Amino acid sequence: MSKWSKAIALEADEAIVEGVARGDADSLERLYRDYFPVVLNMVVKNSGTEEEAKDVFQEAVIVLYDKVKQQDFELTSRLKTYIYSVCRRLWLKQLGSKGRTFHDVTAYEDTIAVEEDLALHEEKDVQLTMMEQALSELGEPCRTIIYDFYIADMSMQEICDKFGYTNANNAKTQKYKCLQRLKKLFFTTIK
Amino acid sequence: MMNEQEFIKEIDRYLNDEMEGPERIAFERYCEENATAAEQLATHRLFLQQLRSYADRVVFKQQLAKVGEQYHAGAHKDAGRAEPMIVTLWNKFKVNSLVAASVAILAVFSTLWLSGYYQTIQKTTSNYSALRRDMNTVQKNVNAQNAVIRNINSGKQRDDRSASNFGGTGFVISANGYVVTNYHVVRGADSVHLQSVKGDSFRANVIYIDPTHDLALLRINDSTYTPLKNVPYTFKETPSELGEDVYTIGYPRDEVVYGQGYLSSRTGYAGDTTAYQISIPVNPGNSGGPVLDSRGNVIGIISGKQTGIDGASFAIKTEALLNSIAAVPTDSLDQELVIGKKNTLGGLRRTEQVKKIQDYVYLVKVY
Repeated sequence: MSKWSKAIALEADEAIVEGVARGDADSLERLYRDYFPVVLNMVVKNSGTEEEAKDVFQEAVIVLYDKVKQQDFELTSRLKTYIYSVCRRLWLKQLGSKGRTFHDVTAYEDTIAVEEDLALHEEKDVQLTMMEQALSELGEPCRTIIYDFYIADMSMQEICDKFGYTNANNAKTQKYKCLQRLKKLFFTTIK
Repeated sequence: MMNEQEFIKEIDRYLNDEMEGPERIAFERYCEENATAAEQLATHRLFLQQLRSYADRVVFKQQLAKVGEQYHAGAHKDAGRAEPMIVTLWNKFKVNSLVAASVAILAVFSTLWLSGYYQTIQKTTSNYSALRRDMNTVQKNVNAQNAVIRNINSGKQRDDRSASNFGGTGFVISANGYVVTNYHVVRGADSVHLQSVKGDSFRANVIYIDPTHDLALLRINDSTYTPLKNVPYTFKETPSELGEDVYTIGYPRDEVVYGQGYLSSRTGYAGDTTAYQISIPVNPGNSGGPVLDSRGNVIGIISGKQTGIDGASFAIKTEALLNSIAAVPTDSLDQELVIGKKNTLGGLRRTEQVKKIQDYVYLVKVY
């Protein structure tokens, strides 16, 4: 591949990566269209099923997402190579846990070391699972209040109207209590 | 120092960029000066980050799952579209081609059947034709004439038409009245008559049959029969060679007929090793006639020919004939069967040979 076309390809990759960061449907679709067949082939040729290939690919995209979400993200290789490497790593791990054999298929594609990214992804997974757990333990209406205020960026007045509090102060107090409880739940599960 | 609730509220405002210039600076300064406040700010900020990223990830996962589902649903359609043209064509015309194939098969076989292909196969598998003469047509005419004459003479009506009437050839094997012919000639016979070349007719009995080799032994049983002189020909047991000059005498018609040819194969119909293939034009009625070589040795008995092939006649080997005769139970013989050992034809010309032999060859009439 010439330098010129390589540059163009990299540019296209970066556009997709940006789309992934935004959760853009078109970019995600392109990811599937361009890279899923290779992954499917790899998994199916190594005692996997199509369903397993879908799961592996999905997880790989989330790994990419986690990486992209980091502030200092920079794409160091072709996107194809990256996705393939992550998928291969993930599939190896699954096979290892199931005690199935893996025929080395590195010959088909280039691979790069992705262990660090996977570690980051796992850490993130753990944290977010804890957050999920904490939120589920928090219960209603606290969860919705927290969600509306901190994630949906609703104002206290709107929340007040939605939940039918007599005045905004009551709502504020309620929100504060909910937040404190959530923090407590979250940090205790961490410990 | 404000209480925690108030402070959190302030932090939220700060993080949401709701503070204006001086207030913001004041808040930042407050945090710098107050270690507890700074820690609280950091913790809260981190916590909110976690919360946000969690929410984002949930949304992203949902989006990804949706796109994936769409892709997988579409992928099958794409796969269908990407099929090679031949596959598409096959899918499209599968039913048509199957129907066409069945019609073609049906057409082929019905055409073969209609055109009589299978009958031909059947025919070629049994195109051996035994050469006994069916004299029914002649006999019918004669009978009709006789009936007319009788009707004129006596005014009585009689129907004595025989059901079947065949003719063949037989030749003397032992001068005291034993004659050999084909089994197929005398099969189903009510009575057998032998007619000599001079026109004398004798009654004969079938005393032995060998259907395997298609042979029958007859015994002349007639008071008018006077035993002949010694048989002039001998029987050659050893196999004759290809190209041997051979001839036969028989009764394909009511008159004796001479036929000449050569030995063309050591085996008979369908590889039968007990027979020769000879190239002599033979006709129905020749069956049972002797096949002789140039020195007057009987080497076989005409038995049939292959239909549809020119000059392929078959003769049972003398060896089989003698083996068959040896198997005749002595009880059925009232006189000893003497096979001629002395050949009196050796040096003679063919015409002389035939003249001598014809007295020993009979027309076999079967009723």
